[in-house]
Amino acid sequence: MELSRRGFLQATGLALGTSLAYELSTQSQAFALEGDAPFKLVNTEEYTNICCYCSGGCGSICSVRDGELVNLEGDADHPINRGGLCSKGATMSQLRNIVTEDTREIVYNPNRMTKPMVRRPGTSQWEEISWDDALFEIARHVKDTRDANFIAEENGVTVNRTEAIASLGGSQQNNEEDYLILKSMRSLGVIALDNQARV
Amino acid sequence: MTGHWNDFKNADVLLTCGSNNVENHPESARWVRAACDKGAISIVVDPRYTRSAAVADVYCPIRPGTDITFWGGLINYIIQNDKWQKEYVLTYTNASYLVHEDYSFDVETGLFSGWDESKQKYVTTSWGYQEEESVAPNTGTGGAFAYVLKPGTPEFTPPHKEVPRKDMTLTDPNCSFNILKEHYSRYDIETVTKVCGMDAETLEQVYSLYASTGAPEKVGAILYALGQTQHHYGSQNTRAMCLVQLLLGNIGVPGGSVNALRGEPNVQGATDMAMLVYDFPGYMKWPTVASHPTLRAWLEHETYADGYYTNKPKFFISALKEWYGEHATVDNDYGYDWLPKIGSTDFTTMSTFEQMDAGVIKGYFCWGMNPANSTANTKFARQALSKLEWLVAVDWVETETACFWRAPDLDPAEIQTECYYLPAALIYEKMGSISNSGRWIQWRYKALDPVDEAKPDYEICDLLWSEITRLYREEGGPCAEAILNVKWDYHRDGKIDPRAVSMALNGYKWKDGADWDSRELLSTFGDLGADGSTACALWIYSGFWANNDDRWEAASQKVGGRALEDPSGLGLYPGWAYAWPLNRRILYNRASADAEGKPWNPERNVVEWTGSEWVTNDVPDFGFKTTAADGTVTWTPPNNKAFMMLWEQNARLVSYSLKDAPLPEHYEPFESPADNALNKRQNSPMIQFADHPSVKRGDRSEYPIAVTTYSVVEMWQTGSQTRGCPALVEARPEQFIEMSVELAEEKGIQNGDTVRVWNNRGDVKLSAFVTRRIKPLMVNGELCHVVGMIHHWGWAGMYSTADTVNDLAPNVGDPNSYIPEFKAFLVNVEKA
Repeated sequence: MELSRRGFLQATGLALGTSLAYELSTQSQAFALEGDAPFKLVNTEEYTNICCYCSGGCGSICSVRDGELVNLEGDADHPINRGGLCSKGATMSQLRNIVTEDTREIVYNPNRMTKPMVRRPGTSQWEEISWDDALFEIARHVKDTRDANFIAEENGVTVNRTEAIASLGGSQQNNEEDYLILKSMRSLGVIALDNQARV
Repeated sequence: MTGHWNDFKNADVLLTCGSNNVENHPESARWVRAACDKGAISIVVDPRYTRSAAVADVYCPIRPGTDITFWGGLINYIIQNDKWQKEYVLTYTNASYLVHEDYSFDVETGLFSGWDESKQKYVTTSWGYQEEESVAPNTGTGGAFAYVLKPGTPEFTPPHKEVPRKDMTLTDPNCSFNILKEHYSRYDIETVTKVCGMDAETLEQVYSLYASTGAPEKVGAILYALGQTQHHYGSQNTRAMCLVQLLLGNIGVPGGSVNALRGEPNVQGATDMAMLVYDFPGYMKWPTVASHPTLRAWLEHETYADGYYTNKPKFFISALKEWYGEHATVDNDYGYDWLPKIGSTDFTTMSTFEQMDAGVIKGYFCWGMNPANSTANTKFARQALSKLEWLVAVDWVETETACFWRAPDLDPAEIQTECYYLPAALIYEKMGSISNSGRWIQWRYKALDPVDEAKPDYEICDLLWSEITRLYREEGGPCAEAILNVKWDYHRDGKIDPRAVSMALNGYKWKDGADWDSRELLSTFGDLGADGSTACALWIYSGFWANNDDRWEAASQKVGGRALEDPSGLGLYPGWAYAWPLNRRILYNRASADAEGKPWNPERNVVEWTGSEWVTNDVPDFGFKTTAADGTVTWTPPNNKAFMMLWEQNARLVSYSLKDAPLPEHYEPFESPADNALNKRQNSPMIQFADHPSVKRGDRSEYPIAVTTYSVVEMWQTGSQTRGCPALVEARPEQFIEMSVELAEEKGIQNGDTVRVWNNRGDVKLSAFVTRRIKPLMVNGELCHVVGMIHHWGWAGMYSTADTVNDLAPNVGDPNSYIPEFKAFLVNVEKA
């Protein structure tokens, strides 16, 4: 009998849990596990996603237990990548979690900056700032800059633009996010709106 | 791309030029291998013997920046050896159209007709057609423009169709085909090898293999990426590939296409959405002062006289309706005046740094982008950034742009820019749709909450908009109504919800007072109107989110489709995700069949005329039937209209649509090791930004080594993400320059030595990777050294940092796309 791992999960049912998984694993090379370690995807919820690197659109599966990512691998059903992922795609989980070199613990990737920050003029350090304060200050900058540099008319044509604000990006966002960025920036009068497609 | 990734498997011959797909699109490259497993031939043309070359049947070297010569030679070979697909070319292209009597090209000046020396640009009239007659628009019942008389439609005069003169016998010297034939007659094998540097035997083998796909039953695919586009004539490179594919009858056929292997996860979606200066969502034009001062001017300038874009006003007005909602009415031109109009100054990416430097741009948002490390001439870009008043970087990690103020070549104490960093959620920490290079829109499910204080970009944008609009409500401001009249109702239970935006993108019937729980979603953009009765943010996505019965569930929408049935066996997978437009998997698929509607090859049957009806495996990309008001279907018998997005409905050989040439002509890179051997002009007359002081052109006497930049599989772009993953840093610990054994010997460099690479713009140190995969080429009879450099490092990040290679690249660009010339410039090298 051929059983894919996902089919196996469905066939056995999550309720049976670790013991059956282990028993099956002893009968099949495909399910071979090390020692007494429970099958690592037991009691996980699976969510499909699409890779964040090239534009192949390869599918991935994120396995989550207790609100934490425990595995990320290629989506075996996906017609383009059929379960495979390149070196970058296969390590996408490290964007969030890494294993520490010394204690071998799983921790949030310390390279990621997960709090709003501000660097004040002339200084050489980031400072933490609350979301509310950051949004308040940025909105103030946007309004002051737009209003002081607003062009309502040019050669008798209504132009309603500002050349003083620019926005760059879009290829890293989802389509819905792009629309919101586009709509907000253009509505402010932004002409200089561009993204990675240019380069 | 006009096809999609799985479609590679249907090819007989695959020609990869300007892409290293095995390295940079490794999973999708399996579909090249699938073709080869069935006996297809794979050819790789590249300056380096890449991983793709290693698994190809034929490898052909080429000097960076000489692609048009290579393609021009192929066009000449195809015509001289009578390999072109005659029925296809005569039926579906403008081969027979007579081009204007004043058309010319002068080898002595390297200029086409129409050059205006004072304005430094072309007047393209002479690249157009001779006119047979002018036909008035049909606004009668059943006419293409009947809709303009509907109440609510803004007033405008639809265009007349200028019907071109034709010569189906192809004897008139001014017919498009003969102009093409004459133009490329200079591109003989000897000239091509002299300019590009490969040997004649290899070149002829490549030409012979690829030209074999001109046989009606054969098909060839061209695969390319930034190797073709990142030149100051990059758009002409892509045009050259289109010409090859049209002559061989390879567009619209399964296994064919000009396949852009794009490099960012949602660069397709960002292009669809027009996150670009001059574009409006759905491949329309953003209003300019010059061409579109009013809504009427926009409609008259942009609406085509024939073909599918006779409907363009429906898409545009529906987009305005979504933008301003109840505030958009026919009486206020659907809010058109509130949209910003582009003036005469360019604001594309490279220009934005000139404008920052000049003090025009004062505030800057960077959404997941890192220009301080990625743009051409990054050293200049960083100096420009330091003149900003404020910067907002929205990202996952601290990019070089977020912390440009601590770049090794800048002093933070002198930089007055206030810089904000806003932490963004990862792809699996939020939901939304994403579009791949094959136009498949797929759904990303949220798997878990963002870490710490990170938020999805959509929420960040919403919070910013909410705060900005609060200020305008409280304080007012110039033209505050342009902001306050924007419809921003994408909330559910008080919180921003991207699925509401999905519905907006998809389109729906407008009803005053309706909300996202009640609006009737449309399943096709065929139902959109120009009269304010419909709203749709992105017409080409119509149908991807149209299930009214389960409107908040992605899995119930076509975008969430996971059906693996493939009835045609061609890998179309119509039930997997949603391919825009209308779930069409292969664009221009009418051209997969002959004039009578019979597939060129029965094995590649996507559409077929049985004599009384069309039988289809893919959604037809042509007018194939009409449905009367009472539901009666009338089938449209086969005709020659295979390219309905053009007003001619035939593909263009000679074309007036680009700014810099009606046919691709070879020019040398801005910084080149050689003189132009095809005409007497060194660079394209329309090269952009070459005179800017920041560019600092280098000369081959000082910088004799040609360089091309590229990527490796373990790293991505500026490395902000990948250098943050320890496993990837372990796999690819450092940056390198790849050079030939010959150059290394000449310079006394050993493999692994640290070398200095410099030109007038930058100076970097990195490791030497001495290899036989890259070889000196003979160009115009002289030895030319070529090196390759990867560009994934910068000073930010905690695991691995190094110098910024893009400091070296010239910030000159293409006049159509404004893309920089990353792929061919000059440097010098020495042991550090």
